[in-house]
Amino acid sequence: MSEPLKQADIDQEIAARAGEPGDHPARDYAPYRSTLLRHPKQPLVAIKDPEAAELTGPVFGVSDVTPFDNDLTKQHLGEPLGERITVRGRVLDRQGRPVRGQLVEIWQANSAGRYLHQRDDHPAPLDPNFTGVGRCLTDDDGNYLFTTIKPGPYPWRNHLNAWRPAHIHFSLFGTAFTQRLVTQMYFPGDPLFPYDPIMQSVTDERARQRLIADYVHDLSEPEFSLGYRWDIVLDGPTATWMEEGR
Amino acid sequence: MNPTPSQTVGPFYGYALPFPGGGDLATGGIAVHGYVYDGAGDPVPDALLEFWQADEHGSLAGAPGTLRRDPTNGAILGRDGVRFTGFGRVATDLDGHWTLRTVVPPNGYISVCVFARGLLHHLFTRIYLGQDAFLDSLPPERRQTLVAAEEREGVYRFDIHLQGEKETVFLDFG
Repeated sequence: MSEPLKQADIDQEIAARAGEPGDHPARDYAPYRSTLLRHPKQPLVAIKDPEAAELTGPVFGVSDVTPFDNDLTKQHLGEPLGERITVRGRVLDRQGRPVRGQLVEIWQANSAGRYLHQRDDHPAPLDPNFTGVGRCLTDDDGNYLFTTIKPGPYPWRNHLNAWRPAHIHFSLFGTAFTQRLVTQMYFPGDPLFPYDPIMQSVTDERARQRLIADYVHDLSEPEFSLGYRWDIVLDGPTATWMEEGR
Repeated sequence: MNPTPSQTVGPFYGYALPFPGGGDLATGGIAVHGYVYDGAGDPVPDALLEFWQADEHGSLAGAPGTLRRDPTNGAILGRDGVRFTGFGRVATDLDGHWTLRTVVPPNGYISVCVFARGLLHHLFTRIYLGQDAFLDSLPPERRQTLVAAEEREGVYRFDIHLQGEKETVFLDFG
């Protein structure tokens, strides 16, 4: 039997790829072992069709979201355990224009680092007052807001002693299907960042920093919650870009 | 502005993203189904597929109501069966299988966005329901990966291979 893969092995692999340019992770990022059989080896085929259906995208409205959906601390009879936080920010396109009235979905582990999911067997307690799921629509300035609790870090089996830094999963839509984004928001100063192959898959330092929210003291509410701010910029062409001949 | 990087959807999106009837865009039309496979040829039991398409008249306007909610208890009621929202979302079953019920869009294809644990950045592909000039631009040996095979009247088969000899053609919109 082969030796279990150690953090030191993964650290070496991460170091070998560090600094590679790019706004997004390469899909063939071996330090995250699950990528090995799940990335295409053929190059992507470019489509430059101004009529492409993907330059339009799904729309959502008030019937798709209820007003309670963005407060993850109020979805059960009692309050969840943990550090209450608010996370807010704007969803923008690459021109800096707000993405209005679009769906933002989040999911996360509870404060002990456990997901409400049958396949999460981390022996940390479930919280009967926390599902860890939220959604909202952006307002006319592209703003979103969630009230939740700070998720805990948790172990996973990429290698021996692998731990994910605390994070909130985000799913975002733009005006075009090409702008679709699923990503993860991290918390500033987490000591687990350098050890995590998923976060380090964003090999460009400045790009990686864009995954980390800011703690903003003025957004903390006295006697209630700590405030974080995280703006999100969606990639990908839109119908207007095409009209402008980009 | 520089974009926010992508990160994997991971394995634990189950309570957040899929919803009942996510693959039922329309009744009385066609069904498209298939499997998602990895590079070893094994089915992928934790992929999430999203679909976007024109309605039967070719409109890409879409409509809200994919996630229509019950205002009394907040439960997801799903589409009202009248407005065609154009958007679908299906998590693969434990055997890697997925099903979509929809109408044939006049432009001939359904757009697909693939998410999965182990996939750090989503992938786009298309399900073509017939021949198309874009398909003709592809190498013949890869072209068929984008064409759904009609198994019987109104039922089409479309497998997605993330890697390997039968690797699906994935698309880049720049």
